[in-house]
Amino acid sequence: MIKVNGFDFPWEEGLTVTKLLEKKGYTFHTSLIVVKINNEIIDEEKFDTTLIQDGDDVQALHIFGGG
Amino acid sequence: MNVKEMREKHRLLSEYKYQLGTIDKGYTNRTLYINVGDNTIKEKPVTDFMKEKFVGGKGFGLWYLWNAVTPETKWNDPENEIIVGTGPICGITQYPGSGKSLVVSLSPLTNLPFDSNVGGFFGPYLKFSGFDALEIQGKAEKDVIIIIDGNKGIVRIEEAPAEAVDGHLLGEQLTEMYAESEEDKKNISVITAGSAAEHTRVGCLNFTFYDPRRKVVRLKQAGRGGIGTVFRDKKIKGVLVRFKGTKGNLNNPHDISLINKAGVRLHREIALYDHKQNNMRKIGTANIIEIMDQYDLLPVHNYKFGSHPDTHKIASTVFIEKYVTQGMADGCWYGCSLSCAKAADNFELKTGPYKGHKVCVDGPEYENAAGLGANCGIFDPEYILEANFYCDTYGIDTISVGTLIAFAMDCYEQGIINKEITGGLELTFGNKEAAIELIHQMSRGEGFGKIAGQGVRRMKELFIKEYGADPQVLQDIAMEQKGLEYSEYLMKESLAQQGGYGLCNKGPQHDEAWLIFMDMVNNQIPTFEDKAEALHYYPMFRTWFGLLGLCKLPWNDITPPDNKYTSEPAKIPEHVQNYFDVYEGVTGIKLDEASMVRQSERVYNFQRVFILRMGSGRRIHDRVPYRSLGPATVEEYESRQERYDKQLKELVGYDPEGKTTEEKMAVMRKYRESQYEQLVDAVYKRRGWTMDGIPTLEKLKELGMDLPEVVEVVKKYL
Ligand code: SF4
Repeated sequence: MIKVNGFDFPWEEGLTVTKLLEKKGYTFHTSLIVVKINNEIIDEEKFDTTLIQDGDDVQALHIFGGG
Repeated sequence: MNVKEMREKHRLLSEYKYQLGTIDKGYTNRTLYINVGDNTIKEKPVTDFMKEKFVGGKGFGLWYLWNAVTPETKWNDPENEIIVGTGPICGITQYPGSGKSLVVSLSPLTNLPFDSNVGGFFGPYLKFSGFDALEIQGKAEKDVIIIIDGNKGIVRIEEAPAEAVDGHLLGEQLTEMYAESEEDKKNISVITAGSAAEHTRVGCLNFTFYDPRRKVVRLKQAGRGGIGTVFRDKKIKGVLVRFKGTKGNLNNPHDISLINKAGVRLHREIALYDHKQNNMRKIGTANIIEIMDQYDLLPVHNYKFGSHPDTHKIASTVFIEKYVTQGMADGCWYGCSLSCAKAADNFELKTGPYKGHKVCVDGPEYENAAGLGANCGIFDPEYILEANFYCDTYGIDTISVGTLIAFAMDCYEQGIINKEITGGLELTFGNKEAAIELIHQMSRGEGFGKIAGQGVRRMKELFIKEYGADPQVLQDIAMEQKGLEYSEYLMKESLAQQGGYGLCNKGPQHDEAWLIFMDMVNNQIPTFEDKAEALHYYPMFRTWFGLLGLCKLPWNDITPPDNKYTSEPAKIPEHVQNYFDVYEGVTGIKLDEASMVRQSERVYNFQRVFILRMGSGRRIHDRVPYRSLGPATVEEYESRQERYDKQLKELVGYDPEGKTTEEKMAVMRKYRESQYEQLVDAVYKRRGWTMDGIPTLEKLKELGMDLPEVVEVVKKYL
């Protein structure tokens, strides 16, 4: 199990940032989603390759101020 | 009749000659007062008191309106005013989003002071003509136009019987009439309403600018609150300003290099990143149609649901590929490289008085697609463009119209109203023919369109009184508060946004606070206190834009790439610093976040006291319809049963197993209503208000807003 934005989310082997965003339905522009794993910012270019470990605390912060 | 013949029919009612002035650090230091009832035209000085307490823009508007009305004044009394304010930054051309006008009036929907922010060239040209604001009072007997010639120093009121009323025609006619040449058309801006503004309470104002590449007059809307209805009630057909000689330094700024540097930074950022971010330059605010659907935030069927399988038919890509002209510098004022004022050219209308005409449609904006389309169950891009066009030219607010048609459709489907009442219109969700006919009826002032055009609150009251509708059911599903229709986001799953709507001074409009992602998705503001803090600073930032003459979009609809490394990414600190620099560059006064928030708080609290003075502004008035808090019907609950059952288990500690939907809904309702009340407590506390929503004397003193007339109002409630 991992945390995503403070909520439990099931972990699986080979879970990358990109896969996690897909699974969460986070289809917002990726360049406007700030991803932190255990409080460390992950660059957008590394979303495909960064693996999330079981127990990680992930934040996927959407930066958007609305209409 | 050509424009020459139309002009010959004008009758001069009043003329005023004034000394052209110069602008000093963003202020002309005078305003223009016009009474169309007795044809008075005069100047008023802008005092240091006004600048200190109200800054400009909407602040000046609220102050003038306060002095013009009494607690008994109604929106259609001659005393009511329409004030168009600029603000000290308004008119600079170096920083994107710096040409906004702020319009203030008593609203026909709420009978409360209302403010609306609008693009187009009117505000900057008014200022360059010598006035920080235009204040219009009185009621004319016959249709008039007001002409301000900012180069010659002449203001006129003229009877104008022959021109069209509808915005797209009148805008063209007056631009043609007063431009000295084709080249001169860009020096003209016109305010119009339209034919439906006369018969409804949801009238909007169109502010024009001439688009030399398309060779058409473009229309930007001061949409919300029904100010177009006030305009036509005053028998004003149009207000025109002409100013030739726009340059980047006309504000006579204190230090133009500060402004230039901030402008260069933002222009560069937009050029490099907009296409990877919100795509504003391609499709404007409509970029979020499908995103809102994917996050279950797009209002569907009168806010029952947040998504629909047909949304792909009205996705932003559809408009980009088929309708909206690409590659145009669509800024609604010079220098706005974010250029979100998109348009569909040569769009052939299928219905109504202009059927067969090929027109330029200003839009679609997200709200139009969401409100006129998804919320009414209509997923047809051509209908959205057609309805968008007609709403604009008829002078009615696309948001209110979308929400009120959705409400009427909901009532129709529930059998609360029927064909007999609608005059034969089958108002089922998705019936685009009925919806467009309703809009045409609003223009003609007839049929059910005239009833619907009075807005959701008045329809609700009528359906209860005349047609025996269950008041509780209607109260739950009528998406209005303080008399204003909700704008187009589904807020059920974001408590902070429920507050963003419900605790907004003017009624449920998202331009004070949009917190859905921060709250519901990011979970960054989990406690009541966190949400209250966001509901404090966010409206203060956006209020500030309205004081200065700025657009809110360049604040956070474009983001610097290193923003994520800042301590408060949601505030976009680099852009906030840009604003401080631009403010200092224009006025010569240094600003920091605390003083910026203080400027806003003064006006915000003044507005709260103003609505209190007009009979609203207490806790009871901040209550919201249940559909904005949670699932109001079995259908809604069951459509997201897994989500709601889980919430009952985890948040409420209630086991949904074996319970009927009605039982679960009742528990959910109690929980959500109590959450909202706790949020209200926290927000009032953070804002320095009593638990009844009244600004305390201490708060007013702390802000320097303990003006005798303000204290007199609040004292009655403390
Ligand atoms: S961002 Fe859009 S609405 Fe704002 S000033 Fe620029 S063009 Fe106008």
